[in-house]
Amino acid sequence: MIAAVIALPALSAALLLSLGNRTNKFGPWMAIIASTSSFLIGFLQFLQMLARPAEERTAITTVYEWLAVPAAGFKVDFALQLDQLSISFVLLITFVGTLIHIYSLGYMSHDENQRRFFAYLNLFVAAMLLLVLADNYLLLYVGWEGVGLASYLLIGFWQHKPSAAVAAKKAFVANRVGDFGLSLAIMTMFIVFGSVSFSDVNEGVAGAPAWVSLTIGLLLLLAACGKSAQFPLQSWLLDAMEGPTPVSALIHAATMVTAGVYLIVRSASIFNASEIAQTAVVVIGAISLLMGAIIGAAKDDIKKSLAGSTMSQIGYMVLAAGLGPIGYVFAILHLITHGFFKAVMFLGAGSVMHATNDNVDMRRYGGLSKVMIFTTITFFIGYLAIIGIPPFAGFYSKDHIIEAALSHSWWAGAAVLFGAGLTAFYMTRMVVMTFVSKPRWEDDVHPHESPLSMTLPMIVLSIGAASMGIILTNNHMFEHWLEPVTGFVEPEPPLPIQTITIITLSVVAIGVLAGIWQYRKIAKVAPKKVSFVVTAARKDLYGDVMNEALLMRPGQSLTKVLNIFDKSVIDGFVNGLGLFTGGISSRLRKSETGYVRSYAMSIVFGTAILVIVLLIVRL
Amino acid sequence: MNFPWLLIILLIPLIAAVLLFIPKKYVIFKDQQIALYSSLITLLFVIVVALQFDTSSNATTQFDISFDWIPVFGISFHLGLTGISLVLIALTAVLTPIVILATKHEVQKKNKEFLMWILLTEASALAVFLARDLFLFYVVFEAMLIPIFFLVGRFGGPRKNAAALKFILFGLAGGLVMLAALIWLYFAAATQLGRGTFSISALSNELNLDVWTERWLFLGFFFAFALKAPMVPGHTWLPDTAEQATPGTSTMLIGILDKVGTYGMLAILLPIFPNASKEFAPVIIGFAVFGVIYGALIAIAQKDMKRTFAYISISHFGFIVMGIFSFTSIGMIGSTIYMVAHGLSTAGLFLTAGYLISQKDNSLISSFGGLTKAAPVMTGLFLISGLASIALPGMAGFVAEFMVLTGTFQVYKIPAIIATLAIILAAVYMLWLYQRVFTGIESKDSKNIIDLSKKQILVLSPIVVLTVLFGFYPAPIVKIAEATIASTMSSIGATDPQPIIKTEVNK
Repeated sequence: MIAAVIALPALSAALLLSLGNRTNKFGPWMAIIASTSSFLIGFLQFLQMLARPAEERTAITTVYEWLAVPAAGFKVDFALQLDQLSISFVLLITFVGTLIHIYSLGYMSHDENQRRFFAYLNLFVAAMLLLVLADNYLLLYVGWEGVGLASYLLIGFWQHKPSAAVAAKKAFVANRVGDFGLSLAIMTMFIVFGSVSFSDVNEGVAGAPAWVSLTIGLLLLLAACGKSAQFPLQSWLLDAMEGPTPVSALIHAATMVTAGVYLIVRSASIFNASEIAQTAVVVIGAISLLMGAIIGAAKDDIKKSLAGSTMSQIGYMVLAAGLGPIGYVFAILHLITHGFFKAVMFLGAGSVMHATNDNVDMRRYGGLSKVMIFTTITFFIGYLAIIGIPPFAGFYSKDHIIEAALSHSWWAGAAVLFGAGLTAFYMTRMVVMTFVSKPRWEDDVHPHESPLSMTLPMIVLSIGAASMGIILTNNHMFEHWLEPVTGFVEPEPPLPIQTITIITLSVVAIGVLAGIWQYRKIAKVAPKKVSFVVTAARKDLYGDVMNEALLMRPGQSLTKVLNIFDKSVIDGFVNGLGLFTGGISSRLRKSETGYVRSYAMSIVFGTAILVIVLLIVRL
Repeated sequence: MNFPWLLIILLIPLIAAVLLFIPKKYVIFKDQQIALYSSLITLLFVIVVALQFDTSSNATTQFDISFDWIPVFGISFHLGLTGISLVLIALTAVLTPIVILATKHEVQKKNKEFLMWILLTEASALAVFLARDLFLFYVVFEAMLIPIFFLVGRFGGPRKNAAALKFILFGLAGGLVMLAALIWLYFAAATQLGRGTFSISALSNELNLDVWTERWLFLGFFFAFALKAPMVPGHTWLPDTAEQATPGTSTMLIGILDKVGTYGMLAILLPIFPNASKEFAPVIIGFAVFGVIYGALIAIAQKDMKRTFAYISISHFGFIVMGIFSFTSIGMIGSTIYMVAHGLSTAGLFLTAGYLISQKDNSLISSFGGLTKAAPVMTGLFLISGLASIALPGMAGFVAEFMVLTGTFQVYKIPAIIATLAIILAAVYMLWLYQRVFTGIESKDSKNIIDLSKKQILVLSPIVVLTVLFGFYPAPIVKIAEATIASTMSSIGATDPQPIIKTEVNK
């Protein structure tokens, strides 16, 4: 039954792609039905799981034996593991995913390749579901790279735009750097434990030497950095905005970037066994959350600003996952609340672009609240959720992460607190520039509210963004729910919880006020004279510059030099030999007309030598 | 004697090649039909044989058929089927009809001759994979140069003659060294066993060479095989040949015939020279890893599509050799799957690009761009083939590459880690190529490109289907190859490394 959750969207994608234009008419609807059915089946599974006691909620379904070399004790099944962690993801992916499908119906209605778009969306959902349902690391890898492929196809959806094609390739290559880590991690698991299934690895880690968990942990972290756009593999995420906006919502909210967090939480036993690996995770999360927030605060492109925000919010989750049993639950909680509020804001951004002739420059927005009432309200709910105003969802998840980080160390706590202030600043900036301030529209822009197919998903998501936190944390429900899978230890922060909440809310308030003050007047063109921090942030904190200087340019030179070396030195040597032998053979074929005869002759010649030698020795 | 399945499989393409030259008033079929039907009948026979193949049998070969040929030297015409042979003749039998159908547009003139050489290529490939007599193997090993030589020299691009010559010289160089080694081996065997024999099974099971003889003989054979499945630095003929050859020829050459090199390593080198194989393995692993990275890096810098594919193949051959010389079951079976996966993806790349190249008589990357608009289906099929080539999970190449890397990693940590870097380089060379040819602004040359017809899509679809099938269900290949790999492992006295920590499952 659970296999159908993956199979339906996968099958729909396969049909839409292989049958081509014949499916144009009903294609989008088929994709929506496939995604919706996945959600419904997932929801049924969820209800069934609820009916079972907590310790019996893990169910493994072996579909078939995928890969087995009995002689080497190598066996990987195509098997799906349904437990509290994976079903949480299944529900998030299919629910938010379906809403994004519906939204795309309106958003992509004018695109001639609409059918292909929906096929890729289905593929994306199917791959992500395989990723979270696999019961072993190798099958997870299939979903993992399937997600990478789907994002490659969607980021580069408008292939005629060179920038889109470049961005898509960049995303895939950065992901493959992560995959390098994942491949080595899986190979290490196999040589150490003789198995790559979650259960065997979990069981084996307990008795393994320290280097095992450290090595695998760091390799998995590299993988997570690639997929979740964490430092130092973050640079693809900002370019990924080249894709249509629903894609951004899908990549940033429900799928793709959350995969790294899933991987770390799923590998809890490995990270629990290595303090160094955990610290590395926390450090990467802290760097990324601050970098993302700084970048988000400097961008005038609404989607890029939101992308910076995603990097930052994923940083929160990664940091929380690095805290160990005090953080896993909150990492996933924040992942789910973020899934709602980030999706609603990305869809809101798409709605705004829809209204302003696809303009993404916030400096040419302003005052849109008057003409786009649904978009404004839903976006504002997302805004309150992300900056963590109670009782909106982000407040609960972020507050818990701050508590857990403070009980880990002062620097992790400082990073998340400072990040909360930055978040409040850049989000306030975005809301002010887009919805509140005076209109700065281009002359030919006549903003209008988007159609129902677009506003409806936004409304539904905003309800989630408003209520998910209070629902899930009521009576510590989510902690109890995930505890059997990830383990849970109550964090013990150095300060009383109320004090922390007050401090956090004060920091947020400062950020909000700073945002309002700074953007009380907005120029239509970005000011040139700015501090070096802003300059750096506008250039994505030099992520691309570093990549180019350290990898791309030396790499290009290396391939060029090697190519010349191959042509001149290696081939030259060989050609020299060729001339030499050619000289001999040209003498042989002087009376002949071509190479063929000389060739035939050498064969005859060779065979003759063989026979003669054999004869001589025999006789 | 059993029903001579293998002989029939071998004879069908040979007979068809002759049939092509019977005057048309006596035959109702057109040339194209003769070639196509015969290759399909071959495929049918191979399928029948595969279904009868006993995967649980301990025998080295099945379906044996043997005639005395030159009895005085103990030479026999001996065909037999090992698991690996079966996998490779199946690959040959699948790809040949696809090539025949997909290259219809490539060669307008001299079509009859082209088809004849394609059929002879098929026959020689089948023969070399089935030969169980080393003398027979050698003769076919040499003979199979001829059809490719003509395919390149008569149907290739502007510098076809130079390319054909280079191809043949490399082939000869390897062949002659192998010949010398073969003669030496014969005498060494005759002295020790008291009778001259070229039987591969006898040489593997009974022979016990002295250290230095084995080393030299190993090197002689290895030289020939390493030039064939070109390993760096003996690879430079491949890009030159692929650049000039038609895509159909390249598919036959790189997709099928080059596998003779890796097949020879697996089926001849290891069983006959087990001790030397073990001695040289670390060095060969080093060369293989070097080739993996070197080929991938140079593929990035290529300006011509066909040359790019050639360098990609050089990188991939490095993987195959690496898996073989890891001396682990996982690595060797991985290499076997890799040979299939590489054959399929190479065919996909060359043939899809072939439809494009033949329209403009041009394979320069820079002259295309934005093709996705004019030819969306071609774009899609090329991308699928490209992703298969870079071992996307869910495709056969992934299973193969992962197994090769894991097998190598079991024994050689650092080389395996270095080789894993190739997964990043692979994304760069393939997606950059795709980006330049198919995406972005439509170039002048791309505007009037005609997309694939329904027939052409149908012709290429088996490649896609098989690639995905083996990606999700590689069991058929594993099952067929398993016993042969096990016996190879035992003949070199290799055992699979055990996991460092035992868990409940593998206790």
